[in-house]
Amino acid sequence: MRTSYRIRTMAVAAALLVAASACSPIEPWVKPYEREHLADPIMALDRSPISSSYIDHVFETREGARGATGGVGGGCGCN
Amino acid sequence: MQLRLTRRGAARAVPCGWCVRATAALLCAGIPALAGVLPEDSVDVMYHRYQGGGITVQGPSILVQKRLGDHFAINAQYYQDMISSASIDVMLSASPYKETRTQKSAGAEYLHGKTTYSAGFINSKEPDYIADTSYYSLSQDMFGDLTTVTLSYSRGWDQVFRDIKVNGQIINDPTFHQRADHRVYGLSVSQILSRNLIGTLNYQFSTDEGYLASPYRLIRYVDPNNPVGYSLATQVYPNTRTMDAASVSLKYYLSYRAALTGKYRFFTDSWGIVAHTLQVDYVQPVWRHWTLDSNIRYYTQGAASFYSDLFPYANYSNYMARDRELAEFHSITLGAEASYAFTIPHLTWIQKSSATLSFDRMMIHYLDYRNALYSKYDPGVFKAGEEPLYTLNANIIQAYVSIWY
Amino acid sequence: MRNRIVALAAILLLALPAWAGAAGDVQAPGFTLQSVDGKTVTLGQYKGDVVMINFWASWCGPCRQEMPLLDDIYKQYKDMGFVLLGVNVEPDASNANRWLKKTPVSYPILYDPKSAVSQLYQVQAMPTTVIIDRQGVVRYVHNGYLPGDENQYMNSIRSLIVQ
Repeated sequence: MRTSYRIRTMAVAAALLVAASACSPIEPWVKPYEREHLADPIMALDRSPISSSYIDHVFETREGARGATGGVGGGCGCN
Repeated sequence: MQLRLTRRGAARAVPCGWCVRATAALLCAGIPALAGVLPEDSVDVMYHRYQGGGITVQGPSILVQKRLGDHFAINAQYYQDMISSASIDVMLSASPYKETRTQKSAGAEYLHGKTTYSAGFINSKEPDYIADTSYYSLSQDMFGDLTTVTLSYSRGWDQVFRDIKVNGQIINDPTFHQRADHRVYGLSVSQILSRNLIGTLNYQFSTDEGYLASPYRLIRYVDPNNPVGYSLATQVYPNTRTMDAASVSLKYYLSYRAALTGKYRFFTDSWGIVAHTLQVDYVQPVWRHWTLDSNIRYYTQGAASFYSDLFPYANYSNYMARDRELAEFHSITLGAEASYAFTIPHLTWIQKSSATLSFDRMMIHYLDYRNALYSKYDPGVFKAGEEPLYTLNANIIQAYVSIWY
Repeated sequence: MRNRIVALAAILLLALPAWAGAAGDVQAPGFTLQSVDGKTVTLGQYKGDVVMINFWASWCGPCRQEMPLLDDIYKQYKDMGFVLLGVNVEPDASNANRWLKKTPVSYPILYDPKSAVSQLYQVQAMPTTVIIDRQGVVRYVHNGYLPGDENQYMNSIRSLIVQ
């Protein structure tokens, strides 16, 4: 697959996700007041950025593979 | 003037110059970790140490995060690798060396409603490699804050030099100045699946262009005229590389207050490498102040199409490499971490603090990379191509203090 | 070039601000909950007062940040026919009680462990603040908390107190 095709696919996928969430008839199944476990610090997707960036770096210098290691989301959903 | 090329050899330690570009993608993946919330004000000070395979890399890492108002946050990081390398690649064709790589980065985040914009810049410098990276990402919470979609882009500009020894001094070879460009595109979706379960899908596409090899590494080919049975030659890499990586992860909250994470990543690239990564992580707070974490990671990789430990003859193909990072191998890493949360009574501006010690043991078994030092030092006993397969065991230590203010 | 336009369009779509709903002329649903002091509290017993309901949890940072300021508001207006009810939404009250011991407030705190009242009031964010006038009509709903929002609360309360 060419570069331009991949970039377009990613952009379209992101846009579709936004559109789907705006028009969706499905109600969010976890209410804001039900997020006590998700808000717990141990449930953070990245508990220590300084540590995860270091260890990812160690692996990437020893291995051929790289990427797709991050995660943004979860948490208390406050505000 | 006598020009003697000091061949630093392969395995330019962790992190080696030509592997530095990975750092950018990691740092921008690491910093905005929570959806719709700016990071808390904090300082982390770390000592890190990697030791294995004749290489020791250690140094400090300092990360500062600060909110400015309610919508804006900045971060800055200083990182250093002090490398002392006598790896088997170095010992094969060069001499042990020491060098320091310094990396500085700065970034900012802006939160507006459900959207987080972030951008930053990273500069990495060592005697023969300079890497500059800029990164940008946009993160959007949606669907009742259950879904977070993140788009990211990073761009890297590398300058590759080659060290030579002139009159006892190490300088950059004036005839050697190459460039490499990197572009990374990422799309990530995290989804809260239940009160106790969050899932993440990650896709990353990257392209590299330019000088992608190491100026020091060599390949070997069968040469009956040579007493060791082989001769060395410069390696030749393609000057482009496109990579695809996709991962899925699930994190589950256990009712007695612990969390279990499972992750799988698939990687493939235009060099013919296919790799699988599987990781399981378990974290549990215990007693009043401690948090314990243990994890196991399994990684398996198929070799690049132009890789060989021993080519049958000189100029065997257009592209030839003997870098063990491109070889066929599998590895297991076992990790354990203990963190202690404490308060400092007299310093009221400190909200909370913790001290963490983390230990990882990485064990790599190469399936088509041999320890050529055996035939170098015992040519009668070990024929070229029949030396034992190489195994690398490394110990990785992280010790850090985190303060939230 | 086309890819850049597509990518930019996707980014702009993603950056659309959140749409927040507004309160209409709705009678505040009645409820009965236990308070921290062990008393039974009903919304109906405050008919004729301006009532502010604040939904909060100990795990919610902005909630904790807001509560001392709510306490100040309560102390300022409580003798003018105003009451503030803090509704804690946690199924297990022990974390909330521990936090209240460290950071006590003087206004009534009620437990909603089964999320009955949160569902009744269609709570969309944490924290959520609802202000009800003397006739029992919901006049103001605020999702979340950012420093400075307490001024909006006070403006709302002042306009309702004089009615």
